[in-house]
Amino acid sequence: MTRMLGSDAILRSLEAEGVEVMFGIPGGAILPTYDAIARGTTVRHVLARHEQGAGHMAQGYARASGRVGVAIATSGPGATNLVTPIADAWMDSTPLVCITGQVYSRLIGTDAFQEIDITGITLPCVKHSWLVQDVREIPAVMKAAFHVARTGRPGPVLVDIAKDAQEAELDFHYPDEVDLPGWKPPTKVHERQVREAARAIADARQPIVYAGGGVLNGDACAELLELIESANLPSVVTLMGKSAIPDSHPLNCGMPGMHGSKFANFALNKSDLIIAVGSRFDDRVTGKVSAFAPGAKVIHFDIDAAEVGKIRSADIPVVGPLKLALTQLTSELKTMLAEKPMQTAAWHAQLDEWRGQYPYKYRKGTPGSLIKPQLVMETLRDITAGRNDVIWTTGVGQHQMWAMQYLQCDEPRSFITSGGLGTMGFGVPAAVGAKAARPDATVICVDGDGCFQMTCQELATAALERLPIVVVIVNNGWLGMVRQWQDLFYSERFAETHLTKQVPDYAQLAEALGAAGFTVDHEDDLESTLRAALEAGRTAVVDVRTDPEENCYPMIPAGAAAVDIIEMPDEEEVPS
Amino acid sequence: MSHHTVSVELENKPGALVRISQLFARRGYNIQSLAVGPTERPGISRLTLRVDCSEHTIEQIEKQMHKLVNVLRVVELLPDESVERELALITVGAPPDRRAELIALGDVFGARVADIGREALTFEIVGRPEELDAFEELVRPHGVRELARTGRIGLRRPGPRQSRAQAALT
Ligand SMILES: Cc1ncc(C[n+]2csc(CCOP(=O)(O)OP(=O)(O)O)c2C)c(N)n1
Ligand SMILES: [Mg+2]
Repeated sequence: MTRMLGSDAILRSLEAEGVEVMFGIPGGAILPTYDAIARGTTVRHVLARHEQGAGHMAQGYARASGRVGVAIATSGPGATNLVTPIADAWMDSTPLVCITGQVYSRLIGTDAFQEIDITGITLPCVKHSWLVQDVREIPAVMKAAFHVARTGRPGPVLVDIAKDAQEAELDFHYPDEVDLPGWKPPTKVHERQVREAARAIADARQPIVYAGGGVLNGDACAELLELIESANLPSVVTLMGKSAIPDSHPLNCGMPGMHGSKFANFALNKSDLIIAVGSRFDDRVTGKVSAFAPGAKVIHFDIDAAEVGKIRSADIPVVGPLKLALTQLTSELKTMLAEKPMQTAAWHAQLDEWRGQYPYKYRKGTPGSLIKPQLVMETLRDITAGRNDVIWTTGVGQHQMWAMQYLQCDEPRSFITSGGLGTMGFGVPAAVGAKAARPDATVICVDGDGCFQMTCQELATAALERLPIVVVIVNNGWLGMVRQWQDLFYSERFAETHLTKQVPDYAQLAEALGAAGFTVDHEDDLESTLRAALEAGRTAVVDVRTDPEENCYPMIPAGAAAVDIIEMPDEEEVPS
Repeated sequence: MSHHTVSVELENKPGALVRISQLFARRGYNIQSLAVGPTERPGISRLTLRVDCSEHTIEQIEKQMHKLVNVLRVVELLPDESVERELALITVGAPPDRRAELIALGDVFGARVADIGREALTFEIVGRPEELDAFEELVRPHGVRELARTGRIGLRRPGPRQSRAQAALT
């Protein structure tokens, strides 16, 4: 027991949790805690330029490291600026502890300066939240916050701490145990269910693993690999699951869904058994649910019981930690297969045929034509080939989908993107956070010109905090993905989607923010400039000016069935 | 669609109830009635919720509520295996010449007269929610001025399964 201030207790709690770094911006209601930072702590503070940036940095940190990310902000606008990252972390199950200052207890409820009910605002998108008004609650609440954020299905929590609680004294003791009688995430799996799952797999003729972000969150990448290799199981991998098994693995059939390949969509939709692992039948994957994989039985593995049967009913539900479930499954399955091997040769032959038939494709540029965005991805892929130290982050839009289609990610946690919420502006700050988690890594953000303009101020953070990242802007001059929908579904009425390629001048903007700026207009300069940026040794931005009319294919229109997939139109149909 | 009664044990912490009603609102579940009060254990409240929804939805509701940190237990109260009661206050128009008739009607249902005014009287009735519905129907022609119901509360029957005799008792 040590006598100390609440503000110091917050930091001692973070230290006790092993937190290395927090991302934030100070302000009135959190000032006592910043003063405690000045008094000294082992936790590094990274000063963001916008609380949204701080939140996405904490997410990038969490996603790259598998640990809990920490963001800190003041009351009122500081707290509301954190709402987008909290919602993003909620949708993508990212463990996050957000600490906000709150006005003095005696002012709560009076509409005091910078008073906002942030626990109320964030209610729909946190696992739990606490409003701390009694200084003595700080250690137990901090302990509980980290515990809830990381256990079960990970996600964001919020700790809102009144200024008087930060300023008051307490006898500090960090508890060893949490006192949360109502928090009981599953720690075991039902053996009988696992055995049933193994039997269904052994009997299947056209099985497909449908792996999602839960595999990464559940730290079950090695176990999944072991499963698919031991039973020769093909697997599709969702956007959130990308990098859970190597993209280069012969059993990886790529991404299903709206902009996934025809191959992956066929593999999933024409299977007779879907083995869902940490995936949630998101509408961007299933399209029209009633038409989704009509002939498939479903085994659903998830830590969150509420995901099982939510969208698609599960014939065999298996709730529990994926690491454990998959280990048990593989061992059961191996025993069964020793007696009777899988009968999936015809299915594999079919998959091979589709793989050959339906690669991602685009029409290459001609000499002097505008750079094709897909070529940017291919070049990035090629110049980083064979490296295991690259982490990619992305914005949201066409560039994100091309990044998903073309980049090769063989190491777990090497692809960090905003999936469920689809938050423009995620890429740059997430990259800064990833770099803080993995200083040894080369962190590359593939961004859109629209996305970049939402959070580019965090380049200053990257530059000054010595967290160098490389940002590659696919500058098509448009809010490209929206333009694509207008092109395809709104008779080419391009309302309010034109940004221009010239304003701002991204290279100059980068320089102004303390980064190196590059501009590429011609295909011939693409590779050398990207290499130069990677070798710059500091934060660098490459503005690659691309063909604005390029659409992302294939595409399953929202609400349509996978069989209605639109492929790239023939040459003559392409708008000129 | 069918009726479901769910009993929830909840830590009595600030905001605990809000989290539940928020969950219902956000996921589009419709609450018919909600009653909350203390239990035999200090610091723990019991919430009885009545919802009209499909089997699939009630399963989702239970699973989603389980994930709330303050929720200790969620059980569906099946009609055969639980006791449910509700209290209603009903103010009915009752000119002096109709009073006796109304009070006699109340007697049949075990409804007590809680208050009498010159032109109206207020019944209090406790019973199974269906009995309250029936009483309400009967007094309606007399002119219901105001009505308040607590929403049902329920408990599982102590025995593992009810016998026919028990069923007859309720
Ligand atoms: C914060 C936010 N606002 C709006 C949208 C809707 N939206 C989705 S993609 C997109 C365009 C993104 O433009 P850009 O960053 O240039 O990427 P591109 O599609 O051109 O590659 C928009 C506006 C969104 N996803 N997020
Ligand atoms: Mg763009």
